[in-house]
Amino acid sequence: MNSDMERRIDEADLPFRTRADLKTSLAGREITEEQFDRILEMIFSEYQKTRIEPCEAVGIVAAQSIGEPGTQMTMRTFHYAGVAEINVTLGLPRLIEIMDARREPSTPTMAVYLLDDWAYNRDRAREVSWQIEAAPLHEFGDITIDMENMQVVVQLNKMVCDRRKIAVEDIIEIAPKKIRDRRHFRDFEAEGDARKAIITFTPKNRESYQNLFQLAEHVRHVIVQGIDDIERVVVRKEGGEYILYTEGSNLKGVFQVEGVDTTRTRSNNISEIADVLGIEAGRNAIIQEALSTLNEQGISVDVRHIMLVADMMCMDGEVKQIGRHGIAGEKESVLSRAAFEVTVNHLLDAAIASEVDELNGVIENVIVGQPIQLGTGDVKLIAKPLKLKNLGES
Amino acid sequence: MNTAFDVLKHIMVPDHQIMSDEEVKTLLSTYDISLEQLPKIYHDDPAVKAIGGRLGDVIRIIRDSPTAGRAESYRLVIKRPKK
Repeated sequence: MNSDMERRIDEADLPFRTRADLKTSLAGREITEEQFDRILEMIFSEYQKTRIEPCEAVGIVAAQSIGEPGTQMTMRTFHYAGVAEINVTLGLPRLIEIMDARREPSTPTMAVYLLDDWAYNRDRAREVSWQIEAAPLHEFGDITIDMENMQVVVQLNKMVCDRRKIAVEDIIEIAPKKIRDRRHFRDFEAEGDARKAIITFTPKNRESYQNLFQLAEHVRHVIVQGIDDIERVVVRKEGGEYILYTEGSNLKGVFQVEGVDTTRTRSNNISEIADVLGIEAGRNAIIQEALSTLNEQGISVDVRHIMLVADMMCMDGEVKQIGRHGIAGEKESVLSRAAFEVTVNHLLDAAIASEVDELNGVIENVIVGQPIQLGTGDVKLIAKPLKLKNLGES
Repeated sequence: MNTAFDVLKHIMVPDHQIMSDEEVKTLLSTYDISLEQLPKIYHDDPAVKAIGGRLGDVIRIIRDSPTAGRAESYRLVIKRPKK
Protein backbone atom coordinates (compact mmCIF):
# COMPACT_ATOMS: atom_id res chain seq x y z
CA MET A 1 0.00 0.00 0.00
CA ASN A 2 1.40 3.40 -0.90
CA SER A 3 0.68 6.83 0.48
CA ASP A 4 -1.66 7.68 -2.38
CA MET A 5 -3.90 4.76 -1.46
CA GLU A 6 -3.83 5.81 2.18
CA ARG A 7 -4.94 9.27 1.17
CA ARG A 8 -7.78 7.83 -0.88
CA ILE A 9 -8.92 5.73 2.08
CA ASP A 10 -8.90 8.82 4.27
CA GLU A 11 -10.98 10.73 1.78
CA ALA A 12 -13.49 7.94 1.21
CA ASP A 13 -16.99 8.48 2.59
CA LEU A 14 -16.74 5.60 5.05
CA PRO A 15 -17.02 5.39 8.84
CA PHE A 16 -13.88 6.00 10.86
CA ARG A 17 -13.58 2.42 12.05
CA THR A 18 -14.04 0.93 8.58
CA ARG A 19 -11.25 3.15 7.28
CA ALA A 20 -8.97 2.23 10.18
CA ASP A 21 -9.68 -1.49 9.72
CA LEU A 22 -9.00 -1.25 6.02
CA LYS A 23 -5.71 0.50 6.62
CA THR A 24 -4.49 -2.09 9.13
CA SER A 25 -5.47 -5.01 6.92
CA LEU A 26 -3.79 -3.51 3.88
CA ALA A 27 -0.68 -2.32 5.71
CA GLY A 28 2.50 -3.87 4.38
CA ARG A 29 0.80 -5.69 1.51
CA GLU A 30 1.73 -5.42 -2.11
CA ILE A 31 -1.34 -4.49 -4.09
CA THR A 32 -1.70 -2.98 -7.50
CA GLU A 33 -3.71 0.10 -8.28
CA GLU A 34 -6.31 -2.08 -9.99
CA GLN A 35 -6.73 -4.37 -7.00
CA PHE A 36 -7.05 -1.39 -4.72
CA ASP A 37 -9.81 0.12 -6.84
CA ARG A 38 -11.68 -3.16 -6.71
CA ILE A 39 -11.27 -3.47 -2.92
CA LEU A 40 -12.49 0.05 -2.34
CA GLU A 41 -15.42 -0.48 -4.64
CA MET A 42 -16.48 -3.67 -2.86
CA ILE A 43 -16.14 -2.12 0.56
CA PHE A 44 -18.26 0.74 -0.59
CA SER A 45 -21.04 -1.47 -1.86
CA GLU A 46 -20.92 -3.61 1.32
CA TYR A 47 -21.12 -0.46 3.42
CA GLN A 48 -24.10 0.80 1.45
CA LYS A 49 -25.87 -2.50 2.15
CA THR A 50 -25.37 -2.18 5.91
CA ARG A 51 -26.84 1.30 6.03
CA ILE A 52 -30.40 1.84 7.16
CA GLU A 53 -32.49 3.18 4.32
CA PRO A 54 -34.37 6.44 4.65
CA CYS A 55 -37.92 6.00 5.99
CA GLU A 56 -37.10 2.70 7.68
CA ALA A 57 -39.10 2.38 10.91
CA VAL A 58 -36.06 2.13 13.21
CA GLY A 59 -38.06 3.02 16.32
CA ILE A 60 -40.32 0.00 16.01
CA VAL A 61 -37.36 -2.25 15.27
CA ALA A 62 -35.56 -0.91 18.35
CA ALA A 63 -38.65 -1.33 20.53
CA GLN A 64 -39.05 -4.95 19.45
CA SER A 65 -35.35 -5.69 19.77
CA ILE A 66 -35.19 -4.44 23.35
CA GLY A 67 -38.67 -5.59 24.33
CA GLU A 68 -38.47 -9.24 23.33
CA PRO A 69 -35.22 -10.07 25.19
CA GLY A 70 -36.60 -7.96 28.04
CA THR A 71 -39.32 -10.54 28.64
CA GLN A 72 -36.61 -13.00 29.58
CA MET A 73 -35.10 -10.80 32.23
CA THR A 74 -35.49 -11.54 35.88
CA MET A 75 -38.44 -9.71 37.32
CA ARG A 76 -36.87 -9.09 40.66
CA THR A 77 -33.21 -9.20 41.41
CA PHE A 78 -31.45 -7.94 44.45
CA HIS A 79 -27.94 -8.70 43.49
CA TYR A 80 -24.73 -7.98 45.21
CA ALA A 81 -23.29 -7.19 41.82
CA GLY A 82 -19.96 -8.91 42.33
CA VAL A 83 -18.84 -5.86 44.27
CA ALA A 84 -18.38 -6.57 47.96
CA GLU A 85 -21.66 -6.21 49.84
CA ILE A 86 -22.91 -3.26 47.83
CA ASN A 87 -26.51 -3.76 46.85
CA VAL A 88 -27.36 -2.73 43.31
CA THR A 89 -30.70 -2.97 41.53
CA LEU A 90 -30.30 -5.04 38.38
CA GLY A 91 -32.42 -6.73 35.78
CA LEU A 92 -35.78 -5.48 34.65
CA PRO A 93 -36.36 -2.98 37.48
CA ARG A 94 -33.07 -1.28 36.63
CA LEU A 95 -33.87 -1.17 32.90
CA ILE A 96 -37.25 0.40 33.65
CA GLU A 97 -35.51 2.90 35.93
CA ILE A 98 -33.15 3.94 33.13
CA MET A 99 -35.93 4.34 30.56
CA ASP A 100 -38.09 6.28 33.03
CA ALA A 101 -35.25 8.76 33.64
CA ARG A 102 -35.84 8.84 37.39
CA ARG A 103 -34.22 11.68 39.30
CA GLU A 104 -32.76 9.20 41.74
CA PRO A 105 -32.18 5.47 41.15
CA SER A 106 -33.40 3.13 43.89
CA THR A 107 -29.83 2.12 44.68
CA PRO A 108 -27.44 4.94 43.79
CA THR A 109 -23.80 3.86 43.72
CA MET A 110 -20.53 5.32 42.58
CA ALA A 111 -17.22 3.91 41.46
CA VAL A 112 -14.61 6.36 42.70
CA TYR A 113 -11.26 6.08 40.97
CA LEU A 114 -8.15 7.52 42.61
CA LEU A 115 -5.19 9.46 41.32
CA ASP A 116 -1.87 7.63 40.97
CA ASP A 117 -0.52 8.82 44.34
CA TRP A 118 -3.49 7.26 46.16
CA ALA A 119 -4.55 4.38 43.93
CA TYR A 120 -1.70 1.99 44.70
CA ASN A 121 -1.50 2.31 48.47
CA ARG A 122 -4.16 0.72 50.64
CA ASP A 123 -3.74 3.12 53.54
CA ARG A 124 -3.92 6.19 51.36
CA ALA A 125 -6.98 4.82 49.57
CA ARG A 126 -8.56 4.28 52.98
CA GLU A 127 -7.78 7.92 53.86
CA VAL A 128 -9.74 9.09 50.82
CA SER A 129 -12.61 6.80 51.76
CA TRP A 130 -12.87 8.51 55.17
CA GLN A 131 -13.20 11.85 53.45
CA ILE A 132 -16.12 10.43 51.47
CA GLU A 133 -17.99 8.10 53.81
CA ALA A 134 -20.53 9.90 55.97
CA ALA A 135 -19.51 9.34 59.60
CA PRO A 136 -21.92 10.25 62.41
CA LEU A 137 -20.61 11.77 65.63
CA HIS A 138 -21.18 8.64 67.74
CA GLU A 139 -18.37 6.91 65.85
CA PHE A 140 -15.88 9.41 67.24
CA GLY A 141 -16.57 9.07 70.95
CA ASP A 142 -18.99 8.34 73.77
CA ILE A 143 -22.23 10.25 74.07
CA THR A 144 -23.86 10.45 77.48
CA ILE A 145 -27.03 12.16 78.62
CA ASP A 146 -26.51 14.01 81.87
CA MET A 147 -30.00 14.10 83.35
CA GLU A 148 -28.98 16.02 86.43
CA ASN A 149 -27.57 19.02 84.55
CA MET A 150 -29.84 18.57 81.52
CA GLN A 151 -26.92 18.21 79.13
CA VAL A 152 -25.67 15.94 76.39
CA VAL A 153 -21.95 15.31 76.82
CA VAL A 154 -19.72 14.02 74.06
CA GLN A 155 -16.35 12.64 75.06
CA LEU A 156 -14.33 12.42 71.86
CA ASN A 157 -11.88 9.60 71.40
CA LYS A 158 -8.60 11.20 70.31
CA MET A 159 -7.22 7.96 68.92
CA VAL A 160 -10.16 7.53 66.57
CA CYS A 161 -9.89 11.17 65.51
CA ASP A 162 -6.19 10.80 64.75
CA ARG A 163 -6.74 7.60 62.84
CA ARG A 164 -9.48 9.15 60.75
CA LYS A 165 -7.44 12.32 60.18
CA ILE A 166 -9.81 14.84 61.63
CA ALA A 167 -8.86 17.40 64.28
CA VAL A 168 -10.84 17.62 67.52
CA GLU A 169 -11.24 21.36 66.93
CA ASP A 170 -12.88 20.65 63.58
CA ILE A 171 -15.44 18.34 65.13
CA ILE A 172 -16.22 20.89 67.84
CA GLU A 173 -16.82 23.47 65.14
CA ILE A 174 -18.67 21.30 62.62
CA ALA A 175 -21.03 19.31 64.85
CA PRO A 176 -23.25 22.15 66.20
CA LYS A 177 -23.27 23.89 62.83
CA LYS A 178 -24.37 20.74 61.02
CA ILE A 179 -27.12 20.04 63.53
CA ARG A 180 -28.49 23.51 62.85
CA ASP A 181 -28.06 23.55 59.07
CA ARG A 182 -28.57 19.96 58.04
CA ARG A 183 -30.87 18.56 60.69
CA HIS A 184 -32.81 21.81 61.23
CA PHE A 185 -32.72 21.63 65.00
CA ARG A 186 -31.82 24.93 66.59
CA ASP A 187 -33.02 24.97 70.20
CA PHE A 188 -29.70 24.29 71.87
CA GLU A 189 -26.35 25.75 72.77
CA ALA A 190 -23.01 24.02 72.37
CA GLU A 191 -19.68 24.46 74.08
CA GLY A 192 -16.46 22.71 73.19
CA ASP A 193 -13.26 22.08 75.08
CA ALA A 194 -10.54 21.12 72.64
CA ARG A 195 -7.98 20.22 75.32
CA LYS A 196 -10.24 17.74 77.08
CA ALA A 197 -11.95 16.81 73.79
CA ILE A 198 -15.39 17.31 75.27
CA ILE A 199 -18.44 18.93 73.68
CA THR A 200 -21.46 19.77 75.82
CA PHE A 201 -24.86 20.43 74.27
CA THR A 202 -27.46 22.23 76.37
CA PRO A 203 -31.09 22.50 75.21
CA LYS A 204 -32.74 25.90 75.50
CA ASN A 205 -35.79 24.36 77.10
CA ARG A 206 -34.33 22.94 80.32
CA GLU A 207 -37.63 21.64 81.66
CA SER A 208 -38.44 18.97 79.12
CA TYR A 209 -36.81 15.55 79.11
CA GLN A 210 -38.33 14.86 75.72
CA ASN A 211 -36.42 17.79 74.33
CA LEU A 212 -33.20 16.53 75.88
CA PHE A 213 -33.57 13.09 74.34
CA GLN A 214 -34.42 14.64 71.01
CA LEU A 215 -31.22 16.67 71.16
CA ALA A 216 -29.22 13.55 72.07
CA GLU A 217 -30.62 11.79 69.02
CA HIS A 218 -29.50 14.65 66.76
CA VAL A 219 -26.07 14.75 68.36
CA ARG A 220 -25.62 11.01 67.89
CA HIS A 221 -26.44 11.02 64.19
CA VAL A 222 -24.99 14.31 62.97
CA ILE A 223 -22.53 13.73 60.11
CA VAL A 224 -19.20 15.29 61.07
CA GLN A 225 -16.94 13.79 58.41
CA GLY A 226 -17.52 12.78 54.80
CA ILE A 227 -20.28 13.53 52.31
CA ASP A 228 -23.83 13.35 53.63
CA ASP A 229 -25.37 11.30 50.81
CA ILE A 230 -22.75 8.57 50.84
CA GLU A 231 -23.66 6.00 53.43
CA ARG A 232 -20.99 3.41 52.88
CA VAL A 233 -17.67 3.04 51.10
CA VAL A 234 -15.98 -0.23 50.19
CA VAL A 235 -12.34 -0.27 49.10
CA ARG A 236 -11.55 -2.89 46.50
CA LYS A 237 -8.45 -3.79 44.56
CA GLU A 238 -9.02 -4.19 40.87
CA GLY A 239 -6.30 -4.64 38.28
CA GLY A 240 -3.61 -3.47 40.69
CA GLU A 241 -5.28 -0.23 41.77
CA TYR A 242 -7.67 0.50 44.61
CA ILE A 243 -11.16 1.64 43.69
CA LEU A 244 -13.79 2.91 46.10
CA TYR A 245 -17.35 1.68 45.64
CA THR A 246 -19.98 3.71 47.43
CA GLU A 247 -23.56 3.31 48.48
CA GLY A 248 -25.22 6.62 47.73
CA SER A 249 -24.11 9.10 45.11
CA ASN A 250 -22.90 12.68 45.07
CA LEU A 251 -20.64 13.38 42.10
CA LYS A 252 -20.11 17.05 42.87
CA GLY A 253 -19.14 16.37 46.46
CA VAL A 254 -16.76 13.55 45.61
CA PHE A 255 -15.03 15.61 42.90
CA GLN A 256 -14.02 18.07 45.63
CA VAL A 257 -12.17 15.44 47.65
CA GLU A 258 -8.41 15.32 47.37
CA GLY A 259 -7.04 12.24 45.65
CA VAL A 260 -10.12 11.49 43.55
CA ASP A 261 -9.55 11.04 39.83
CA THR A 262 -12.10 13.44 38.36
CA THR A 263 -11.68 12.02 34.87
CA ARG A 264 -12.84 8.46 35.58
CA THR A 265 -15.07 8.57 38.64
CA ARG A 266 -18.63 7.68 37.75
CA SER A 267 -22.08 7.28 39.22
CA ASN A 268 -25.09 5.18 38.21
CA ASN A 269 -27.38 8.15 38.67
CA ILE A 270 -27.98 9.24 35.08
CA SER A 271 -29.70 12.55 35.77
CA GLU A 272 -26.92 13.50 38.18
CA ILE A 273 -24.35 12.80 35.46
CA ALA A 274 -26.36 14.91 33.02
CA ASP A 275 -26.45 17.75 35.55
CA VAL A 276 -22.77 17.67 36.52
CA LEU A 277 -21.09 16.57 33.27
CA GLY A 278 -23.57 17.65 30.62
CA ILE A 279 -26.15 16.08 28.36
CA GLU A 280 -23.62 14.24 26.18
CA ALA A 281 -22.20 12.47 29.23
CA GLY A 282 -25.79 11.66 30.17
CA ARG A 283 -26.31 10.06 26.79
CA ASN A 284 -23.19 7.97 27.25
CA ALA A 285 -24.35 6.99 30.72
CA ILE A 286 -27.72 5.78 29.41
CA ILE A 287 -26.02 3.65 26.75
CA GLN A 288 -23.50 2.17 29.15
CA GLU A 289 -25.97 1.52 31.97
CA ALA A 290 -28.61 -0.04 29.72
CA LEU A 291 -26.06 -2.17 27.91
CA SER A 292 -24.42 -3.42 31.09
CA THR A 293 -27.80 -4.19 32.67
CA LEU A 294 -28.78 -6.27 29.65
CA ASN A 295 -25.41 -7.97 29.30
CA GLU A 296 -25.30 -8.83 32.99
CA GLN A 297 -28.46 -10.87 32.42
CA GLY A 298 -26.86 -12.64 29.47
CA ILE A 299 -28.98 -10.78 26.94
CA SER A 300 -27.30 -9.34 23.89
CA VAL A 301 -29.05 -6.42 22.27
CA ASP A 302 -27.35 -4.52 19.48
CA VAL A 303 -25.98 -1.18 20.71
CA ARG A 304 -27.62 0.67 17.85
CA HIS A 305 -31.07 0.12 19.33
CA ILE A 306 -29.95 1.44 22.69
CA MET A 307 -28.12 4.34 21.05
CA LEU A 308 -31.32 5.29 19.29
CA VAL A 309 -33.25 5.27 22.56
CA ALA A 310 -30.52 7.30 24.28
CA ASP A 311 -30.46 9.79 21.39
CA MET A 312 -34.20 10.28 21.62
CA MET A 313 -34.07 10.73 25.39
CA CYS A 314 -31.32 13.38 25.18
CA MET A 315 -32.58 15.16 22.05
CA ASP A 316 -33.84 18.36 23.70
CA GLY A 317 -30.94 19.10 26.01
CA GLU A 318 -32.14 17.26 29.09
CA VAL A 319 -32.82 13.62 29.89
CA LYS A 320 -36.44 12.87 29.10
CA GLN A 321 -38.22 9.66 29.93
CA ILE A 322 -39.70 7.39 27.28
CA GLY A 323 -43.21 7.39 28.72
CA ARG A 324 -46.11 9.77 28.73
CA HIS A 325 -44.24 12.56 30.56
CA GLY A 326 -41.50 12.49 27.94
CA ILE A 327 -41.09 11.33 24.38
CA ALA A 328 -44.47 9.63 23.94
CA GLY A 329 -46.31 12.55 25.54
CA GLU A 330 -44.69 15.22 23.39
CA LYS A 331 -45.53 13.77 20.00
CA GLU A 332 -47.07 16.05 17.43
CA SER A 333 -49.97 13.79 16.53
CA VAL A 334 -53.08 13.64 18.75
CA LEU A 335 -54.03 10.10 17.77
CA SER A 336 -50.49 8.89 18.37
CA ARG A 337 -50.50 10.28 21.90
CA ALA A 338 -54.01 8.96 22.55
CA ALA A 339 -52.94 5.50 21.40
CA PHE A 340 -50.28 5.33 24.12
CA GLU A 341 -51.77 6.15 27.51
CA VAL A 342 -54.61 8.20 29.05
CA THR A 343 -56.57 8.14 25.78
CA VAL A 344 -59.62 10.10 26.84
CA ASN A 345 -57.69 13.01 28.33
CA HIS A 346 -55.66 13.48 25.16
CA LEU A 347 -58.69 13.39 22.89
CA LEU A 348 -60.61 15.77 25.13
CA ASP A 349 -57.76 18.27 25.38
CA ALA A 350 -57.18 18.07 21.63
CA ALA A 351 -60.87 18.71 20.96
CA ILE A 352 -60.88 21.75 23.24
CA ALA A 353 -57.75 23.16 21.59
CA SER A 354 -59.10 22.16 18.16
CA GLU A 355 -55.92 20.34 17.21
CA VAL A 356 -55.39 18.92 13.74
CA ASP A 357 -53.85 15.53 13.04
CA GLU A 358 -51.91 15.35 9.79
CA LEU A 359 -51.98 11.53 9.76
CA ASN A 360 -48.30 11.28 8.94
CA GLY A 361 -47.30 8.57 11.40
CA VAL A 362 -47.88 4.84 11.53
CA ILE A 363 -50.30 4.50 14.43
CA GLU A 364 -52.59 7.30 13.25
CA ASN A 365 -53.08 5.60 9.92
CA VAL A 366 -53.72 2.25 11.56
CA ILE A 367 -56.42 3.91 13.68
CA VAL A 368 -58.21 5.49 10.72
CA GLY A 369 -57.73 2.39 8.56
CA GLN A 370 -55.42 3.72 5.89
CA PRO A 371 -52.25 2.08 4.54
CA ILE A 372 -49.27 3.11 6.67
CA GLN A 373 -46.45 5.08 5.10
CA LEU A 374 -43.93 2.27 5.28
CA GLY A 375 -42.81 -0.55 3.01
CA THR A 376 -45.39 -1.27 0.30
CA GLY A 377 -47.70 1.37 1.80
CA ASP A 378 -45.09 4.01 1.05
CA VAL A 379 -44.93 3.34 -2.68
CA LYS A 380 -46.88 5.71 -4.84
CA LEU A 381 -46.91 5.53 -8.61
CA ILE A 382 -46.07 8.70 -10.38
CA ALA A 383 -46.73 8.78 -14.09
CA LYS A 384 -45.22 11.51 -16.17
CA PRO A 385 -47.71 12.35 -18.94
CA LEU A 386 -44.99 13.53 -21.33
CA LYS A 387 -43.16 10.20 -21.35
CA LEU A 388 -46.47 8.34 -21.87
CA LYS A 389 -47.24 10.38 -24.93
CA ASN A 390 -43.83 9.54 -26.39
CA LEU A 391 -44.45 5.86 -25.72
CA GLY A 392 -47.73 5.96 -27.64
CA GLU A 393 -46.19 7.52 -30.71
CA SER A 394 -43.39 5.03 -31.18
CA MET B 1 -9.29 20.79 48.04
CA ASN B 2 -9.11 19.53 44.53
CA THR B 3 -9.27 22.26 41.95
CA ALA B 4 -8.33 20.12 38.95
CA PHE B 5 -11.91 19.20 38.07
CA ASP B 6 -12.49 19.83 34.38
CA VAL B 7 -15.74 18.65 32.81
CA LEU B 8 -14.18 18.20 29.38
CA LYS B 9 -11.47 15.86 30.68
CA HIS B 10 -13.95 13.32 32.02
CA ILE B 11 -14.00 10.11 29.97
CA MET B 12 -17.76 10.23 29.56
CA VAL B 13 -17.72 13.70 28.02
CA PRO B 14 -16.98 13.67 24.28
CA ASP B 15 -15.18 16.48 22.47
CA HIS B 16 -17.28 19.65 22.11
CA GLN B 17 -16.40 22.35 19.57
CA ILE B 18 -18.12 25.59 18.61
CA MET B 19 -18.75 25.69 14.86
CA SER B 20 -18.14 28.78 12.76
CA ASP B 21 -21.00 30.40 10.83
CA GLU B 22 -19.52 29.09 7.60
CA GLU B 23 -19.48 25.50 8.89
CA VAL B 24 -23.06 25.80 10.15
CA LYS B 25 -24.18 26.99 6.73
CA THR B 26 -22.63 24.01 4.93
CA LEU B 27 -23.99 21.64 7.58
CA LEU B 28 -27.54 22.89 7.14
CA SER B 29 -27.33 22.81 3.35
CA THR B 30 -25.87 19.27 3.18
CA TYR B 31 -28.71 17.86 5.25
CA ASP B 32 -31.24 20.38 3.88
CA ILE B 33 -32.59 21.26 7.32
CA SER B 34 -33.29 24.41 9.29
CA LEU B 35 -31.39 25.40 12.43
CA GLU B 36 -34.32 24.47 14.70
CA GLN B 37 -34.32 20.89 13.46
CA LEU B 38 -30.96 20.17 15.09
CA PRO B 39 -30.88 18.44 18.47
CA LYS B 40 -30.60 20.90 21.36
CA ILE B 41 -28.26 21.57 24.23
CA TYR B 42 -28.95 23.99 27.08
CA HIS B 43 -26.86 27.15 27.47
CA ASP B 44 -26.04 26.20 31.09
CA ASP B 45 -24.92 22.67 30.21
CA PRO B 46 -21.56 22.15 31.97
CA ALA B 47 -19.79 21.22 28.74
CA VAL B 48 -21.16 24.27 26.90
CA LYS B 49 -20.09 26.54 29.75
CA ALA B 50 -16.62 24.98 29.70
CA ILE B 51 -16.05 25.80 26.02
CA GLY B 52 -17.80 29.16 26.26
CA GLY B 53 -20.71 28.48 23.94
CA ARG B 54 -23.46 31.09 23.68
CA LEU B 55 -27.12 31.06 22.67
CA GLY B 56 -27.57 30.27 18.99
CA ASP B 57 -24.18 28.61 18.59
CA VAL B 58 -24.01 25.19 17.03
CA ILE B 59 -21.80 22.73 18.89
CA ARG B 60 -20.05 19.94 17.05
CA ILE B 61 -19.71 16.84 19.20
CA ILE B 62 -17.21 14.18 18.26
CA ARG B 63 -18.29 10.99 19.96
CA ASP B 64 -16.56 7.67 20.34
CA SER B 65 -19.21 5.58 18.67
CA PRO B 66 -19.42 1.86 19.50
CA THR B 67 -20.31 1.14 15.86
CA ALA B 68 -18.56 3.68 13.63
CA GLY B 69 -15.54 4.28 15.87
CA ARG B 70 -16.04 8.01 15.66
CA ALA B 71 -19.16 9.95 14.91
CA GLU B 72 -20.00 13.61 14.62
CA SER B 73 -23.16 15.07 16.02
CA TYR B 74 -24.46 18.62 16.24
CA ARG B 75 -26.47 20.47 18.84
CA LEU B 76 -27.95 23.93 18.88
CA VAL B 77 -27.48 25.94 22.08
CA ILE B 78 -30.85 27.05 23.46
CA LYS B 79 -32.02 28.62 26.71
CA ARG B 80 -33.15 26.25 29.42
CA PRO B 81 -36.93 26.61 29.65
CA LYS B 82 -38.26 27.73 33.01
CA LYS B 83 -40.07 25.04 34.91
